[in-house]
Amino acid sequence: MLLADDGALRNDNWRHLEDSEAIPDSNPVTVSFARWEQESEALRARNGRLGLRLPSDAPVEAIAPALDRLELIVLSFPKFTDGRAYSQARLLRGRYGYKGELRATGEVLRDQLLFMRRCGFDSFTVGQRAIDEDWPKAFADFDTFYQAAADGRDPVMRQRLSRPR
Amino acid sequence: MQLVTGNRLWDGVVIYFTASGTWSPAIDDALLVEDDAADALLAKAQQGPSPLPVIGAALVEAEREEERVYPVTLRERIRAVGPTTGPMTGRRATELVKRS
Amino acid sequence: MYRYDDFDQRFVDERVAQYRDQVRRRLAGQLSEDEFRPLRLMNGLYLQLHAYMLRIAIPYGMLSSAKLRKLAQIARRYDRGYGHFTTRQNLQLHWIKLEDTPDILAELAGVEMHAIQTSGNSFRNTTTDPFAGAAAEEIEDPRPYAELIRQWSTLHPEFSFLPRKFKIAISASAEDRAAVKMHDLGLYLRRNDKGEIGFEVLVGGGLGRTPLLAQTIKPFLPRRDLFAYLEAVLRVYNRYGRRDNLYKSRIKILVQSLGAAKFAEEVEAEWRASAQEAPSLPDNYVDEIATAFAVPAHDQSPVDEAAIQRAIARDPAFARWMKHNIAPHKIPAYSIVTISLKAVGGTPGDCSADQMELVASLADELSFGEIRVTYEQNLVLAHVRRDRLYALWQRLDQAGLGASNIGLASDIICCPGMDYCGLATARSIPIAQRLAQHLAAREDEIGRFDIKISGCINACGHHHLGHIGILGVDKNGEEVYQITLGGDAGEKASIGAIIGPAVKNAEVTEAVDRLVVVYLEQRQDGERFPDTYRRIGAAPFKAALYAPR
Repeated sequence: MLLADDGALRNDNWRHLEDSEAIPDSNPVTVSFARWEQESEALRARNGRLGLRLPSDAPVEAIAPALDRLELIVLSFPKFTDGRAYSQARLLRGRYGYKGELRATGEVLRDQLLFMRRCGFDSFTVGQRAIDEDWPKAFADFDTFYQAAADGRDPVMRQRLSRPR
Repeated sequence: MQLVTGNRLWDGVVIYFTASGTWSPAIDDALLVEDDAADALLAKAQQGPSPLPVIGAALVEAEREEERVYPVTLRERIRAVGPTTGPMTGRRATELVKRS
Repeated sequence: MYRYDDFDQRFVDERVAQYRDQVRRRLAGQLSEDEFRPLRLMNGLYLQLHAYMLRIAIPYGMLSSAKLRKLAQIARRYDRGYGHFTTRQNLQLHWIKLEDTPDILAELAGVEMHAIQTSGNSFRNTTTDPFAGAAAEEIEDPRPYAELIRQWSTLHPEFSFLPRKFKIAISASAEDRAAVKMHDLGLYLRRNDKGEIGFEVLVGGGLGRTPLLAQTIKPFLPRRDLFAYLEAVLRVYNRYGRRDNLYKSRIKILVQSLGAAKFAEEVEAEWRASAQEAPSLPDNYVDEIATAFAVPAHDQSPVDEAAIQRAIARDPAFARWMKHNIAPHKIPAYSIVTISLKAVGGTPGDCSADQMELVASLADELSFGEIRVTYEQNLVLAHVRRDRLYALWQRLDQAGLGASNIGLASDIICCPGMDYCGLATARSIPIAQRLAQHLAAREDEIGRFDIKISGCINACGHHHLGHIGILGVDKNGEEVYQITLGGDAGEKASIGAIIGPAVKNAEVTEAVDRLVVVYLEQRQDGERFPDTYRRIGAAPFKAALYAPR
């Protein structure tokens, strides 16, 4: 099940292919980073909607040239304490200007959702707890932020400087 | 012998697992078992509906002499009776008044 | 003193509400302890031996009298009427209940305080010179930068789950009173040839299992680039710091493994690549924040120094306090006063609620309502007119705060140790107490002497940086103490060397005594201990320490 950054819950329409599975012609599929490295030419040539799953130690630089071809990138939090995907997300959104869907998977917990959204994630792989514990509320935990991030919200510094004197 | 100890979730007080399956702040109430039954005791102490009343449950070595239980390590003795120096020497969190 | 505007206040209020709900979910069983632990740590709440411990943030060590009074109230209402000032300028309360913590944080928010990020794998308290804004020599007040870094580093969405904790310190004087070199990232304020303000940036310091001093990776960073560069450092660390081994996860390990030069290159590359989106620090914003730290309206009318000298001549106890606890202020009519929290025989760094309230009142009367906390676990009143010093000392002395030992052998840095701390492997406070009692009679003769004691390898007592450092460990169920020599904090920082086999708890006082005797016999021309140690080496100390009784 997916949680979107507007708080809506929906089903996941993507197929997340094992490395051994054949790639269908048109359905939306994601492949692993390892497979991407092996078969990127073929994948880029394919007509269907394409996504990529990156491990938390993958260099996002390596996929930068192909971003316009990717509709979905799935980043991983193998444990919620592994914060590398926050940097991956910021680089993808900021430096590399990625405009497609950026999804969090792995140990995605309620109290990190806002950090994730601020770093540019717009969908989150969640389970039943997201409903039972009303996870969408977590996006509203704060509306005051000290730093500029990938979500485009005005940080406090900018708001202070733009106040009339 | 071994006993199971931890801290109480809502206030952090040091507690000990008893024979009746409850938790007591008094170490003399602790259930001591032989080493080969220790793992099972630890597992039993951590059963129950969430939230468990205990956090950080662990086995520690101790001996019972008549009514009193004596932990083997200095660390556990300090947990059982309080700091050895300062304004709370020999005093424990159980003496704090429960407000709620 | 920085004052919250509506943004800051709203932020801490939101944080309290978030935390209150997290506690509710924990107590309702919706959050497991594994899920809750990082959340409570990010609000400074530890589980220790006897109860929960709350570490309240005192940003860069600055308190107002209102804040200090609130800390006293909280210590009384929710704890046991005392608190412990730490080696990172924070305050710890050791007898806290989880269920009280949302209310405690709400009370703190009411005086513009919090416990955000005093633990956890993110930015900790950014610390600075306790004499900032008053010191006789200072390039510029470092506190505005400390406040700017505090805000930038608070709930940073990209850097809240780093491989490990991240500690920043900043200093602006030639004498480094913030121990910058032992930090993950250190900043020395600098001026370039054009007189522009910038920073020397050092990275990779830290104590613990692998003590290392920070190395310079950028000799001069222009001020406007501060946050862009910091983000580059943090992004390199967040991406490449080790996460497989808890003991190898600080940035110091990454800097050590790459080498400082290569690490600096990685940061430069990241910084350059981010130039488009990177946050710039505009001058007018620095100025705006700096207005909060404006110099108080000092009374510069002449001081009757002769009267002070008469008081000194008349009262040897006051004379001693003047000699050790007073530092020069940039304004001649004023002095910087350090209040010792190292009463001989007491617990280093502890302060009762009554004492806190007294210090708050004294600050209101005599020091523009400001109090600072030092990383050496003492308090500072930074702006005291010299003709009020005698009256101040009398009131401090009456309250048990008159110990005249700043920088002397009984001014010991000491962590709570195994009497309190769940991580400790041995007790530390009783060692400090016995040493202070033993050395106090001779400490004037000994002079400047830094003894630092840690109850475990995590080194919260900074033992690596002690002239004599003492580390308590567990050997087969017995408390034994490893002694290191020749450490030094400050701008001439050095890591102490282990002198030999550990000594037993009951032998520590005798051991230190023998080392002090060697120092007194061998020192030349007023050398401090580290200088003597560097000159004569370890051998004479070793021989004395391990000589048969």
